[in-house]
Amino acid sequence: MSTLSLAVRDSTTMLRRNLLHARRYPSLTLNLLLTPVMLLLLFVYIFGDTMSAGIGGGDRSDYIAYLVPGVLLMTIGSTTIGTAVSVSNDMTEGIIARFRTMAIHRGSVLIGHVIGSVLQAIISVVLVGLIALAMGFRSTDATALEWLAAFGVLAFFTLALTWIAVGMGMGSPNAEAASNSAMPLILLPLISSAFVPIDAMPGWFQPIAEYQPFTPAIETLRGLLLGTEIGHNGWLALAWCLALTVLGYRWSQAQFNRDPK
Amino acid sequence: MTNPAITAQALRKSYGDKVVLDGIDLTIPEGTVFALLGPNGAGKTTVVKILSTLITADGGEARVGGHDLAAQAQSVRAAIGVTGQFSAVDGLITGEENMLLMADLNHLSKAEGQRVAAELLERFDLVEAAKKPASTYSGGMKRRLDIAMTLVGGPRIIFLDEPTTGLDPRSRHNMWRIIRELVTGGTTVFLTTQYLEEADELADRIAVLNGGRIVAEGSADELKRLVPGGHVRLRFTDPAAHRTAATALPDAARDDEALTLQIPNDGTQRELRAVLDHLDTAGIEADELTVHTPDLDDVFFALTGPDTSVPAQTEQPKETVR
Repeated sequence: MSTLSLAVRDSTTMLRRNLLHARRYPSLTLNLLLTPVMLLLLFVYIFGDTMSAGIGGGDRSDYIAYLVPGVLLMTIGSTTIGTAVSVSNDMTEGIIARFRTMAIHRGSVLIGHVIGSVLQAIISVVLVGLIALAMGFRSTDATALEWLAAFGVLAFFTLALTWIAVGMGMGSPNAEAASNSAMPLILLPLISSAFVPIDAMPGWFQPIAEYQPFTPAIETLRGLLLGTEIGHNGWLALAWCLALTVLGYRWSQAQFNRDPK
Repeated sequence: MTNPAITAQALRKSYGDKVVLDGIDLTIPEGTVFALLGPNGAGKTTVVKILSTLITADGGEARVGGHDLAAQAQSVRAAIGVTGQFSAVDGLITGEENMLLMADLNHLSKAEGQRVAAELLERFDLVEAAKKPASTYSGGMKRRLDIAMTLVGGPRIIFLDEPTTGLDPRSRHNMWRIIRELVTGGTTVFLTTQYLEEADELADRIAVLNGGRIVAEGSADELKRLVPGGHVRLRFTDPAAHRTAATALPDAARDDEALTLQIPNDGTQRELRAVLDHLDTAGIEADELTVHTPDLDDVFFALTGPDTSVPAQTEQPKETVR
């Protein structure tokens, strides 16, 4: 069998295994969905009026439009915590040692995890998106192409964060540690432009908020769906996604190829 | 001799300052059972991990199934099956799903995979539990599933790292039966154990590992002859005959109560003939003569104590009488 078909076949097997896990034990994924959904409800129905006044909008529906792109990306950050936890759990299992002594494609274990997580994250994003639609979110004249591009940004961002989360999971001795080290993935959106615009933040903090990975992605998504100015944020978002994907991939591979303890 | 299944020269491994393996040499013929015996922490698991491509050695070389461990790791992996010390089953999915996962990873066709999985589940008495998550299995069941998974690809060489540790006596005997069946089929088995009885029961050859070195190697019988403790025991029914014999054999340990004499002897044919000749010359006729070789426990303690040197052959007889 050629290397490529071996890679595809073994990765598919590993993906099936991970999806089976997710189907049998969906509680982790569902728990992680709670945070973005709660924040969506909280900021729209409780703080909504104040927030929309703060961004200079008219009523609550303006703030929904502002909020949703950030919440969608936050959903991705939140689901990838589950990735870090399940990778860390998996690596402590004896079965991984078995995989390492089998004549299978070396990368398939991680590739299976990544594709499985990306699929789960996309399903989560769609679910949160549907809730947002039900709450009154509407795009501003976005074309089919712009919707497609928005979807592409979400998918690429998911891939990037997932590889980082896999690296964090591999580097953690247990599930608790993995969950802790993946915390930034859910905290970063809180200090991005997800809830309030950057220029409403203290001056010294603005550069941090502006150039961290979430803000450019959020601004790009806003631009595509709501017609706001994207500017350099599109390139920044792509650069972040590419850099995080390569970094996470290399980091995970290096850890996987290291001799196990 | 056929091509050896496993050979190793001067394998070394250290973790930081701690030398775990300090030059291991092995030759294991195809279709035999090789047991690596040693106390906890001797490095048994490290040897298995290196030979099964899980970790790399710091030095030395090895061939497994005719393939070089360092250069052709993937070919080695295709030839071996490994059951490690800690259960290597996926607890989140059922026993049957575990088996089918292995079938997929061994690239069997769907029909073939299902046939092999069903056959092995049957053989390892797991049919009833097949639809339950593996995490709910007992220790013995997990072990059986573990070995069944190892066999899915039909490996020619199998590594079993302490396969019966923590099993009850019945499960242990079942495991022994399974291992014997494997060897009958031509499979080479490399097993580690801390149970001397197990090595004695199963292995064609045994190596004793201590402090990162192989301190003795041979068949169970050869190993037993390495250490003191072997003797010929003469039993008499007539106290007078016992007394006469004791006078004629001043070297023998005398037990007046049991009417026995113990003469140091390593159990070889030549030594035994010498004793018999001596008895004939002295006109002693015992009612019963038995040859005792030390058991593997004696070997184990002698070879793996704090002072690990093998006792020199010449020193043996005098101090052996018990």
